[in-house]
Amino acid sequence: MEGGWLPLIWIVLIAVAIFMYVLLDGFVLGTGILFPFAPDDEARDTMMTSVAPIWDGNETWLVLGGGGLFAVFPLAYSIVLPALYLPFMFMLLALVFRGVAFEFRFKSGKNRHLWDLAFTGGSVVTAFFQGIILGTFVSGFAMEGTRYVGGTFDWLTPFGLIVGVAMVAGYALLGSTWLIMKAPGELEQWARRVTIPLLASVAVFLAVISMWVPFLENQIAERWFTLPNLFYLSPVPVLTAVAGYLLFRKTTGDGHASPFLLAIGLFTLGYAGLAISLWPNIIPHEISFWEAAAAPESQQFLLIGSLIALPAVFAYTAYSYYVFRGKVTETHSY
Amino acid sequence: MEAEMLARIQFAFTVSFHILFPAFTIGLASWLVMLEALWLKTGKPAYMSLYKFWLKIFAVSFGMGVVSGIVMSFQFGSNWSGFSEATGNVLGPVIGYEVLTAFFLEATFLGIMLFGANRVGKGLHFFATCMVALGTLISAFWILSANSWMNTPAGFRVEDGIFYPVDWFQIIFNPSFPYRLVHMTLAAYLTTCFVIGAVSARYLLEGRFQQRARHMFFMSVIFGAIVVPAQVLIGDFHGLNTKEYQPQKVAAMEAHWESEPRAPLILFAIPDEENETNHFQLGIPGLGSLILEHDINAPVTGLKEFPAEERPPVAPVFWAFRIMVGLGVLMLFAAGAGVVQLIRGRLYETRWLLKLYSWMWPTGFIAVLAGWFTTEIGRQPWVVWELQTTADALSPVPGASVATSLLLFFLVYGVVFGAGIYYLLQLIRSGPGEVEGEPEKGTARRPLSAAGKPAEEGT
Repeated sequence: MEGGWLPLIWIVLIAVAIFMYVLLDGFVLGTGILFPFAPDDEARDTMMTSVAPIWDGNETWLVLGGGGLFAVFPLAYSIVLPALYLPFMFMLLALVFRGVAFEFRFKSGKNRHLWDLAFTGGSVVTAFFQGIILGTFVSGFAMEGTRYVGGTFDWLTPFGLIVGVAMVAGYALLGSTWLIMKAPGELEQWARRVTIPLLASVAVFLAVISMWVPFLENQIAERWFTLPNLFYLSPVPVLTAVAGYLLFRKTTGDGHASPFLLAIGLFTLGYAGLAISLWPNIIPHEISFWEAAAAPESQQFLLIGSLIALPAVFAYTAYSYYVFRGKVTETHSY
Repeated sequence: MEAEMLARIQFAFTVSFHILFPAFTIGLASWLVMLEALWLKTGKPAYMSLYKFWLKIFAVSFGMGVVSGIVMSFQFGSNWSGFSEATGNVLGPVIGYEVLTAFFLEATFLGIMLFGANRVGKGLHFFATCMVALGTLISAFWILSANSWMNTPAGFRVEDGIFYPVDWFQIIFNPSFPYRLVHMTLAAYLTTCFVIGAVSARYLLEGRFQQRARHMFFMSVIFGAIVVPAQVLIGDFHGLNTKEYQPQKVAAMEAHWESEPRAPLILFAIPDEENETNHFQLGIPGLGSLILEHDINAPVTGLKEFPAEERPPVAPVFWAFRIMVGLGVLMLFAAGAGVVQLIRGRLYETRWLLKLYSWMWPTGFIAVLAGWFTTEIGRQPWVVWELQTTADALSPVPGASVATSLLLFFLVYGVVFGAGIYYLLQLIRSGPGEVEGEPEKGTARRPLSAAGKPAEEGT
């Protein structure tokens, strides 16, 4: 292969790490987004308990995505972060509020509602700015060679804002389907009820964004709408529609884990659609991942560690989900 | 203010805030391992009550460490893209290893440690505690390796301003790393040690939880008496290593302008960079040469040997170093006095010592910060020693953006961490609760007879 196999392995690994983050923190953030709408305080305790033991491990995938980019695609890391400086800062600050809320909420007496607000506010703002970051990334940056030459507020575009709102809705859907699986009794029924409108809004956002993306850049339109690609790629939208329909059926029916798995399926298809649109660029429309790759020695060195450490990470992460399996029965604190 | 200074203030502020929590939780995690091990071995409920008490404190501190740490991992790119582009090949994998071998380990097993007690067996729960403690130490290993490489880079080549790895062993085990790793790990343990000492001294003064407080105080004094002297020794080695690789940093630490034999150890001075001299200098002649060169007649290297634009800011480095060393001397005194009173059989009755200890909880934190200020300001004007300047490391982000984020960091950290410290103080005030055989208040089961050795606890 032209630029060697190493960068290819790495772009897949980084893409997987970021996607793991989106899914795993997605349902935690979604739980936070739905928090104020929950029936009562007891329900809120249950919601928080359902994610408290695992949120920290889930968030670590974000650090792996960032750290991995620094290690393996340092050029991309040093272009994207300054270009999206303020959205990243807002996201990081929001994550501070969201994260400490787990510890502080159960320790506070009369100020509990403030930490409820920190939990929800932190989750909503994080989701929104992750959407802004994604939307701006897909639209591409103003570049001169390998230098970002755009402005401070280039991310403030209609497309970016729509993806921001879509992200809030999408994470809320992951959260509500997670609760169908984890919450007992009435809260589960509540989660089923809110899943339907969330699913409807996600469907609308997916449709709007899918139609908008090809107009952002000719390359993308060509990739999707020329033959024979149109034929090969048609399963993506078709499967998305099927997954959406099944999610509706399973939610109104008595699907237990299936709504959550189908929501993950929706995210996977959306992510795949973006990957198809942007391939092989790591700075969309400008720089391919081969061009941005670190020295082969660096990629090799970290790959050896990843091949040993990642299976272990997957194993003990799975074990921790196994330990906390099943419906939340008690809202215990330690 | 210019963008570079704003970015430096932001990094200094966020990393200073962050380091307080790892400095505390590295030691706390190991402390929790010990308490749970003692409980498993003896079955005494007193140990479990202490474990649960410190676990709550650990959870709050660790949570704040996590959220302030995530900020750090993105700031390399957001504010120092020149640095991350140039060093990504070398430091990126080091940070990558930290995430893979430490962050996932501690984050995942933390969940089982905090919430899994009713869901896994005792052995597995202890294993989770051990994994969290191991994670904190592995994390220290990698991040200190990366920082040490910035101070004493090794094992690389440079092409067009980009660093390329040549020898990973030399990169990871670069010349200052072993000293920095041991010095910082001991500093973290001492930070925790003096918090435990302060909390137990406070309970002893208040007459609460007598037996457990004695036990903790005993352990804190003994640990301090062994580790503080070791830390002084390691600090000396670290200093000699710095003198070899970064002589201008040491010259700034000592405020030595001239290269002269029989150089004084300066106790007080107001360094004046413009006129290359000190005002109101108070020093002990010859002692500077003796400490730095281990020979009273040997000349030291002064700042005037280096061009003015390649010297670090002198006053902050000089003073930060003095604060660190001064606190070290205070710790040495406290632990030493503790041992003397222990031998005399009066450890738990010496009120002035208990008072002193109860006030010493911040000393470790301040010493850690002062030490980092010494080494990081002392590295200026370089971000990678003599290879990349801090100015070249800067991102092309407008000053106004950095000012905005800096202001938000002040506000958010002030509110969030203010609340965190409030909850920590609340936890300490309520204490570990009652256990069988030890009422919260009142006379201990064997009031004075146990002085001089750890009190028997529980059943």
